[in-house]
Amino acid sequence: MMTLDDVKAWLKNYDGPSMRIMEVCGSHTGAISKNGIPGMLSEKISLLSGPGCPVCVTPSAYIDRLIELAMRPDTCVVTFGDLIRVPGSSKSLALAKGEGARVKMVYSPLDIIPLAKKDPDTIWCFAAVGFETTTPVYAALMDELIRDDIRNVRLLTALKTMPEVIDWLMSSGADVQGFIAPGHVSVVTGADIWKPLAQKYSIPFGVAGFEGPELLAAIAGIVMNYGRGVVKNYYPRVVTPEGNRTAQKEIDRYFEKADVVWRGMGKIPGSGRVLRPEYSFFDAGSRGLDEDHKKNKACHCDEVLTGRITPRQCPLFGKACTPVNPQGACMVSTEGACLSWLAGGRE
Amino acid sequence: MCVALPGRVVSVDGEYAQVDFEGNEVRALAGLVKVKPGDRVLVHAGCILQKLAADEADSMEEIFREIGEEFA
Amino acid sequence: MAEKITMAHGSGGRSTDELIDTIFAKEFDNPVLDAMEDSAVVPVTGKIALTTDSFVVTPLKFRGGDIGRLCVCGTVNDLLMRGARPAWLTCGFILEEGLDIGLLKELTASMAAAAKEAGVRIAAGDTKVVEGHGGMYINTAGVGIFPKETSAAASGICASAARASDAILVSGTMGDHHAAILSERMAIETDIESDNAPLVDMVGNLLASGLHIHTMRDVTRGGLGTVLKELAAASGKTFTIRESAIPVNPKVRSFAGLLGLDPVYMGNEGKMVVILPEEEAQQALEIMRKSRYGSQAAIIGRVTEEKPGELLMETDIGGLRRLDVLQGEGLPRIC
Repeated sequence: MMTLDDVKAWLKNYDGPSMRIMEVCGSHTGAISKNGIPGMLSEKISLLSGPGCPVCVTPSAYIDRLIELAMRPDTCVVTFGDLIRVPGSSKSLALAKGEGARVKMVYSPLDIIPLAKKDPDTIWCFAAVGFETTTPVYAALMDELIRDDIRNVRLLTALKTMPEVIDWLMSSGADVQGFIAPGHVSVVTGADIWKPLAQKYSIPFGVAGFEGPELLAAIAGIVMNYGRGVVKNYYPRVVTPEGNRTAQKEIDRYFEKADVVWRGMGKIPGSGRVLRPEYSFFDAGSRGLDEDHKKNKACHCDEVLTGRITPRQCPLFGKACTPVNPQGACMVSTEGACLSWLAGGRE
Repeated sequence: MCVALPGRVVSVDGEYAQVDFEGNEVRALAGLVKVKPGDRVLVHAGCILQKLAADEADSMEEIFREIGEEFA
Repeated sequence: MAEKITMAHGSGGRSTDELIDTIFAKEFDNPVLDAMEDSAVVPVTGKIALTTDSFVVTPLKFRGGDIGRLCVCGTVNDLLMRGARPAWLTCGFILEEGLDIGLLKELTASMAAAAKEAGVRIAAGDTKVVEGHGGMYINTAGVGIFPKETSAAASGICASAARASDAILVSGTMGDHHAAILSERMAIETDIESDNAPLVDMVGNLLASGLHIHTMRDVTRGGLGTVLKELAAASGKTFTIRESAIPVNPKVRSFAGLLGLDPVYMGNEGKMVVILPEEEAQQALEIMRKSRYGSQAAIIGRVTEEKPGELLMETDIGGLRRLDVLQGEGLPRIC
C-alpha cells in the first residue's frame, strides 16, 4: 500500500529510465495544468499533450461546411461552446455569426430536440464532434429523432476514434514510452481496448481519472511499468474491462467506421465514424470533408498534436497565436494543448 | 477530452432521469444504462454513460494498493 | 401608454416625455434629477473619483438580480475600490424596440432600490430607442467623493500598491454571478444566485478601521485569476494563493464541473479582493465577515518578491500552478 505522499515522493525522486508519457485526453491536459502536476515530477518524467481535443482535430473543411450551413437562411447550427472559435480556412463560426450566420450554443446534443419541435421551419444542424465518449450521445439523439419522427434535424459529423490515431502516432515514430489512456473514452470502450496497442508497441497504458490524486497514481503506475506492454485501470470507479456494451451497440447501429482526416495529420484509416448510408437523410454532408488548409503556414499544430514539439516550441505560440486570435485549433479550446499550456504556464 | 461528472439519480421518467450534482439538476438520457433513484452515475453531455461502482469510496484505496504492489 | 417600446419612445417628443415621467423620474425621484435641466449640478469639494461602465447582460432578469441592480452595483463598486464614497450616478438607457414596458418599469424600480441601498442618487439620464428584439442596455457613470475623515487613509489605495509580506483576502465565494447567468442559458436547473451587490458597507467599515489597505479591487469579468494576475503585474510582486483557501460555493463548483469551467476564472458582481499588511489581515477579515455580503470572506494568500508579476497557486495536491489572465471567453466546453 502506498499513500498519496509516498506516490508524490516517488514521482519527485524517480531516477530510472527517462520516460515521455503522452496524455490523449484534453480534460487530462487541463487537469494536469490545473493541479500543477508537471512541477511535481522528476526531470526523468515528461508529459506530452496528444490529439485529445476533438475540436482541435477537426479539419478546416469541416468548419467551412458548418459556416456554409449556418449562413443558409433556413438553417441554424447548434454546437458546443468551444467549437465556435475554431478557425476554418478563412474564418470561424464566431466571425460568421457577425455576418449573419445562425449559431446556437447548448450543453447537450439532446437540447436540439425542443428547438426543432418549437421551430419546425428551421433545419437544426448539430455540429457533432467528439470521440467515443460523445458518439453514443449522438446515437441516442438519432433514436429520439426517429422515434418522434423529427425531420428537421441534421448532424454534421466529425467523429473520431482513439486507438487508430494512437496506432498512427506510434507507427510514425512518436518518441513516447507510455500513455495516460483517456478516462471517459474508456468508460464507453472499456480498458481492454488499449491492450493490442500496449502489446504491439510494448508500452504501458494507464487509464486515469481526472482528480489530482488519480492522475498522480496513474502516472506513477505507468512509470513503474516502463517497457511493459500492459494496460492498467486506475479509474475503476467507472471504467470496466469491457466498457458500456449498450453504448457500443448503439454506436454501431447508426455509425460506421470511416477513414477520416485529422487536422494537421491527414487521413488516418478507420479513425472515425460517419452515419450509415441508411441514415443519410440526417447527414448534413459529413463525408469527404478532407481539405485541411492552415490559416497560417507557420502554425505547428500538427507537430504539437503528434507530440513532436511542445506548444512552447512553436514559433507562433503566445505571439502571433493567442486565444484572442488563434492561428490553429490547439489555441482555441481550453482543452487544446496550446491554450492549456499557455493558461497553465506549463513549460 | 470529454467533460463528464458523477451525480446522483433523483428520479427516473421513462427514458430520462433527473440527475443531481450537488444542487444542480440535469435531465439526462438514461437509455445506455439501467438506473434507479439513488444510483451514482457519470453524465456526459446530457447522457448517462455509466453507473459508478457501489464501493466508489474504496476505489482510491484500491488504486494506491495496486501501485503499492507494482512498486514492491 | 403602449405595452411595448416603439421607435416613438426615442423620438424626443411626447412618448419620450411620458416614459421619463411615468418611469424614470418616478423611480429615481430626487431634486437634482427632477430639475430636468440639460445637465445636473451637484456640490463637491476636493478630489472626486469618476468611472463609467456599460451593462449588456442577457437575460435581463436572472436569479439573485437583474440588469437594473447590476448597473448600479458595478459602478458603485468601481468607485469604492479607490476608497471613494459613491455619491452620484448618471444612466443612459438604450432600449430595443419591442421591450416590454412593464419589464422596463420593474428593472428601473430595481435600479432605484439598489441606488438607495448604496446611498447614491441618480442625477442625470438619457434614453434612446434602437431597432431590435426587445432587449436593453444600460450605461452608468458615477462620481465618488472622498470624505475628509477617510481621505488620508484612502488616497494611496491603488492597483500597484501591493508590497512584500502583504496578505491577500477575498470577500466571499467565487463565480456565483457567472454561474447564475450561464445557468439561465443552459438547460441546467439550479438555484445558484448572482452575487450582484454594492459593497458600500464593507468598504466603509474597512476604511473607517484605519487599517493600511494597499489595494482593493472588485472581482468581476475574468474572475479571481484575472484580477490577481493583473494586480501582481501592476505591483511587480509575486502573488501566491492557496487553492484550498479560496471560497467557492459547492453548488457553483459542481456547476462549473458540468460545463468544464474553472471557478477561478468565473466572474462575480459583488466580491472584492483586499491587499494589506499581513499583521492586519486577521482584523480586516473580521471586519469583512461582519459587513454586509462578507460572511464568507477569507485570507487566501500572500505577496512576496521572488518572481515579479507572477500569480501562483498552491494546489490541493501540493503542486504549484502558474495562473495567467483568463484566456479566451470562458465558454462552456464539452469535449
